[in-house]
Amino acid sequence: MKKLVVFFLSFSFYFSFSQEVDSLKTKELKEVLVVGTKAPLHEKQGKTLATLDEFLQKSTKVDLIKRGAYAWEPIINGMASERTVITIDGMRIFGACTDKMDPVTSYVEVSNLSEATISSGQQGSCHGNTIGGSIDLKRSQRQFTNAGWEFYVNSGYETNNRQKIIGSAINYADSLFYVDTDVMYRDAENYKAGNDKEIHFSQFRKLNLSATSGYRLSPNKNIEASVIFDRATDVGYPALPMDVSLAEALITSLKYNYKPNSEQIDNWETKLYFNTITHTMDDTKRPDVPIHMDMPGWSDTYGFYSKINGKYKKHQFLGNLNSFYNRSVAEMTMYPSDPNENLMFMYTWPDVRTLYTGIYLEDNFEINCHSNLKFTTNLGFHNNNVASDFGLQSLQIFYPEMEASKSRFLKSVSTNYFYNKDGISYGFGMGYGERAPSVSEGYGFYLFNSFDGFDYIGNPNLKNEKSLEVNANIGFKNAKWQTKISASYFHIYDYIIGIPDASVAPMTIAANGIKVYTALDYATILSSDFTVSYQLSDFWIWKGQFVYNLGNDNESNGLPFMSPFNYMTSLGFRPGKFSSELQLKGNATQTEYNPFYGEDKTPDYTIVNANFGYKFTFEKSKMIVNTGIENIFDANYTTYTDWNNLPRMGRNIFINLMYQF
Amino acid sequence: MKTSIKYLVAIFAIAFTFVSCSNDDETTVNELDGITKIKEITNDTHTIELYSQMGSLEQGYNEISLRIKDNTTDKYIKNAEVSWAPLMHMTSMSHSCPYSAVEKVTENGTLYSGYIMFQMAQNETEYWDLKIDYTIDEVTYTITEVIDVPASAKRKVNTFMGSDGTKYLVALIEPNTPKVAINNMQVGVWKMQNMMTFPVVDGYTVKIDPRMPSMGNHTSPNNVHATQATTGGLYDGKLSLTMTGYWKINLQLANAEGTVLKGEEITETVTASSIFFEIEF
Repeated sequence: MKKLVVFFLSFSFYFSFSQEVDSLKTKELKEVLVVGTKAPLHEKQGKTLATLDEFLQKSTKVDLIKRGAYAWEPIINGMASERTVITIDGMRIFGACTDKMDPVTSYVEVSNLSEATISSGQQGSCHGNTIGGSIDLKRSQRQFTNAGWEFYVNSGYETNNRQKIIGSAINYADSLFYVDTDVMYRDAENYKAGNDKEIHFSQFRKLNLSATSGYRLSPNKNIEASVIFDRATDVGYPALPMDVSLAEALITSLKYNYKPNSEQIDNWETKLYFNTITHTMDDTKRPDVPIHMDMPGWSDTYGFYSKINGKYKKHQFLGNLNSFYNRSVAEMTMYPSDPNENLMFMYTWPDVRTLYTGIYLEDNFEINCHSNLKFTTNLGFHNNNVASDFGLQSLQIFYPEMEASKSRFLKSVSTNYFYNKDGISYGFGMGYGERAPSVSEGYGFYLFNSFDGFDYIGNPNLKNEKSLEVNANIGFKNAKWQTKISASYFHIYDYIIGIPDASVAPMTIAANGIKVYTALDYATILSSDFTVSYQLSDFWIWKGQFVYNLGNDNESNGLPFMSPFNYMTSLGFRPGKFSSELQLKGNATQTEYNPFYGEDKTPDYTIVNANFGYKFTFEKSKMIVNTGIENIFDANYTTYTDWNNLPRMGRNIFINLMYQF
Repeated sequence: MKTSIKYLVAIFAIAFTFVSCSNDDETTVNELDGITKIKEITNDTHTIELYSQMGSLEQGYNEISLRIKDNTTDKYIKNAEVSWAPLMHMTSMSHSCPYSAVEKVTENGTLYSGYIMFQMAQNETEYWDLKIDYTIDEVTYTITEVIDVPASAKRKVNTFMGSDGTKYLVALIEPNTPKVAINNMQVGVWKMQNMMTFPVVDGYTVKIDPRMPSMGNHTSPNNVHATQATTGGLYDGKLSLTMTGYWKINLQLANAEGTVLKGEEITETVTASSIFFEIEF
């Protein structure tokens, strides 16, 4: 408890990578990243056609676990998928891979998106119960403008892995109707780490198509349909024992938007959505596999939300009723070396159906013109049901008393205070949240984790994980300086993690043993970051950001994937149509690591990047050219988020072209 | 919705069963549920119908049912006293095998049943026959017929000399249809008293260690060694199978004092026991 008070009194900060919006209500612990090619501000990016993962990497709250060159898994405040909520325009989507090779972010493309809103801790509970926070990926915000036709051609090339990027977008908008379509294709070969070391099985190929169309039914009502189709093939995961032959998603939604002629209600948005994911792992190209296996997975989600926001006197309120039904199935078939033997088959996710219904309420009370107080609450009903008898009986080997269905209530509350006057801003808050175990944590059956080399068994008897959180931030801003320091402290009860069970033998050949998902009494996570920027002159700007996270279990041993001291500093020069940036990035040596969870000490590293951009404007068209060199000195390095110390990309020269007419 | 459909189906099924029962003559239909005729054996007075689940016999443990039909009246006999004796005719000698008494299945029914555990299969020169003795209204009849006992595809019987100098027979009974689950396991343990007498062994333990040789000798958790619930009965345990495929159920036979009479513990270097069952599904 003492610790809580100490961190309650420590302070934090805020820095937006994009626009500074002056209205009071945006002064929250939210970070809005410009991503993709649809944002009005995307032109200021140093690498326009970077992957979504590279964009997310810029946030101080987010880091990404890397198992290869593709489909990095976002972690917020050092917490991975199970403890976060990642949505696309409020839609819940769940990856279909038991080994987390397909985070939600891998099924979209920068060409679909305009921004990513990153919320820390309970501030992110709008679309579902979370512990670590949330990322909401927003699609195009362009609506019934009278823009007419717009055409874009995007193209890029990266030397290191010979990645070819080609894409186009065709948009049309008038006052009644709009349609945005885009396509993007990436094709990359193996990348080379520093010193020209080729990383085998790091290739990928991805095609993404998307369309959004809206129609104005009346001046205050409109309807929008949206579809994303994403198909990745031949994706290598050099840090894992298997690759992916197919990862395919279809993400669809239908939205109805209503702006009542009312003093109190600003907007009422209702969306129905459906998405389906197919994920097929493949080890046929790997030499010397002990046994060949097929591991396909499927995840289908049906959902809706209805979100209403408005104001009443000094209150700005938001309500969100949302629900989803997800079906997750994964199976494993192993082929014995003797072809006369029967195939070995098991369900690794036993057709788990998750039904969730939640209501989120938020009230932002304006105390006076420079301070406000925000309350949020989220109450959710969560039910898991194992639909496959085969799968249920499999799990009953471990839990004979287990029943197919399990229901939980998930509660979340938070309150935050914000103050902003004369360039000084500060805020603090506290929150309480709960989450249900993920499908793997509750129902996984012999899921091999190549990080620690253990087979994991789910535990249907896990209690809700509960987090008590405090956060604080303080910032200062004037014409030249902008700084912010922020910190969050999480005290997580019944922290879910795999604990070895020596009495059970592993399944995977040569695995170290079995870990069963178990709840530790508690664990603690401190996440802190500091950002600063200084406008040296009209053209020159210096930026810096520093992150440090610390996580401990109840025996004061480290939790995995906690950021050691991490820094990024850059010097930008932007006169007129020309922009350039020199960037220094690195980590200090990882001193807090825990071999118990598969970690080892990651040495420090520093890399230097540079990029240049120029905007050509013609009579009716414009062209933006970005080019740059990443890892100029070709350092061979790995970071704390690299799975099994997979070395990162060596020197890479990229060129991105974007032509609009 | 799904459950209500299930209920509907169940109600229809029950209704249908009742209808079909009332149309047939009382007992016969139900008695033969789940069993198939192996063969008929005829003498001057009676025809004996032999049944088993598979409709055939094989090496190992066999549950066998029979009915006795009067050749003149075509009626099934309900009040017979039945016993049987299987005999293996080898080239140099003859011997029997473990088998149970033959008992009425239901008081008013026509079926009689018991088990026979054929420890070896027939071959070109060696064969089994089955002698059935039965008494109806204090008149004794007998019938003997050669029966087909082919080898089982997987190993279901172990016959071995224990370290105590006794010859034992251990046979797999359940699971008959194995599942990825905790299966009920049933095993029979007999000893050879002489060539014709194979009584059940009481109070021993059959230790089990299921392994998948194709998966690096993977084993499953929460198995329960087979022990006897009642004297003279079969041995019951629990067998966990974590996936489909080929499983080797390694065995150790321990006597009442816990001394292992046969079989080896599986370790890094000892990958299989000298006595085992095989299951593949």
